[in-house]
Amino acid sequence: MVAVRIIPCLDVKDGQVVKGVRFKDHRVMGDIVDLASRYRDHSADELVFYDITASPEKRSVDLKWIERVADAIDIPFCVAGGIRSVADARAVLRAGADKVSINSPALANPTLIDEMVDALGSQCVVVGVDSIEDNGQWWVRQNTGHPEAMTNPNRLTLDWVSEAQSRGAGEIVLNCMDADGVRSGYDIQQLKAVRAACRVPLIASGGAGQAQHFIDVFQQADVDGALAATIFHANTLPIPSLKQHLAKAAVHVRPTGF
Amino acid sequence: MAVAVIDSGGANVGSVRQALKRAGAETVLTQAPGVIKTASHVVLPGVGTAQAAMSTLKQAGLVSVIQGLTQPVLGVCLGLQLLFDASEEGLTPTPCLGIIPGSIKALRASPGLRLPHMGWNQLQWTTQEPIAQALSGDEWFYFVHSFAAVGDHPSLVARCQHGQSFAAVVRHNNFVACQFHPEKSATAGASLIEGFLRT
Repeated sequence: MVAVRIIPCLDVKDGQVVKGVRFKDHRVMGDIVDLASRYRDHSADELVFYDITASPEKRSVDLKWIERVADAIDIPFCVAGGIRSVADARAVLRAGADKVSINSPALANPTLIDEMVDALGSQCVVVGVDSIEDNGQWWVRQNTGHPEAMTNPNRLTLDWVSEAQSRGAGEIVLNCMDADGVRSGYDIQQLKAVRAACRVPLIASGGAGQAQHFIDVFQQADVDGALAATIFHANTLPIPSLKQHLAKAAVHVRPTGF
Repeated sequence: MAVAVIDSGGANVGSVRQALKRAGAETVLTQAPGVIKTASHVVLPGVGTAQAAMSTLKQAGLVSVIQGLTQPVLGVCLGLQLLFDASEEGLTPTPCLGIIPGSIKALRASPGLRLPHMGWNQLQWTTQEPIAQALSGDEWFYFVHSFAAVGDHPSLVARCQHGQSFAAVVRHNNFVACQFHPEKSATAGASLIEGFLRT
C-alpha cells in the first residue's frame, strides 16, 4: 500500500530558503542544497520548492538552483512559482525536477493545464490552489505571493478543483490561507470537502504546528500528503520523530532509514 | 565502465544519469546505434507517453537495435512498459518493442483509490533477482504512473499493489526493468542501480 507523504516546502528567494508568515517578512532559513540534503536524510518523501519571487516579478524560475538540487538529492521534488508555459515547465523538468506546480497562471488561462498534461503527462502537472473562507464558502485567490497583487478570480474552490482535475491535473495542493502560518492545525473541514470532490492525490498545506495536526489530517481528511515549512525548517518537529508519531497512530508511513 | 542512456525524449534522463554517476558509472546520453551496441550497460529511461517515446525510438532507428542488445539493459518506469508487446495508453493501443510478451494496461480506478499511483510503496519479491541482492526486501520505492503490467507475467520478479497487483520489477534474459524510479528512491534505489552495474 502506498504510504502517505511528508513534504517539506522550501520557499526560495535569491537561491536561499526563506520563510515569512502569511507571505510577508521573509527570514533566511538556510542554504537550499543544505536543507534539501538534510530532508532527504531525514526521510522526507518529497520536496516542494516555491520560487516566491519569480511569479510576482513576472520572470521565469531560475534553473540553476534546480540543477544544484537535482545533483544533490535522490528523492522526488516539485517546483512552483514562475511557470507560465509548456516551455517553462519543460525546462524545469529538464533541469531535474519531477513535477511542476502551477497556480495563478492556470487561473488566468485554464487551458494551460490541458496543454501541459498533453505535452508532459498528467503525473508531473500539479495544480496549487490558494483558498480562503468568505461568507461560509471557500473561494480561490490569485497572485497570493504578493499581498498588494492578490486578486479574487471569483471562483469557488470546489469548482476550481473539479475543473483542474477534469483538465488532467495529476495532483492538487490545497493551501488553506486562513490556517497558513498560524500553526493551529490543518483546515480539516475544508480538506474533507475537497477530498470528496478529488480523485487524484490531494496534498494538505497550511497550519501544521505539531505532530497531532498531521495525524488528524491523514485520519480525518484522508489526504495523500501533508506539506509544511516552518515546523521542519526550525527543527521544531524533525521528520523522523513525526514519522514515529504517525506510525504509532497507525498512519501508513515510509519509516526513516528505508 | 560506460553506460549508454538512451535518449527517448523523456524528462527524467538527467536524474537517471546523475544516479548512475553517484554509483560510479560514466554515462553518455545518446541515440547513436553504435554507442548503444558497444556500451557495457544500457539504460532505457522514460517519462511521458508510450506513443511519444516509441515515435522517438522509431525515428532514431533504435527499435531493432534495442531488440538485439545482449548486454545488461535496465528499463525505468515508461522504459519498462516499452519493453512489452504493446501499451493501451493512447486512443488506440501503441505497439512497443515486443521484447517481453504481454501488454500494458491502465490501472483500474476504484472508489477511494487515487490515480496516478504516486508515492512510496513496498514490493513483494517472487524470484531471486541479481540486481536486488543487497536488498532485504522491505525497502520502499517511489512510483508515479497510471499504466502498468497488471496481474502476473512470466517475467515478473517483484510485484506491487495499488488497488490491483502489477509488475514492479520484470526480468527477461539480459533485460531488467522497474516500474518505479530507482533514481528517486533514495538509498534503496541507489542499491538497485549499483546492483545493475555489477551485473
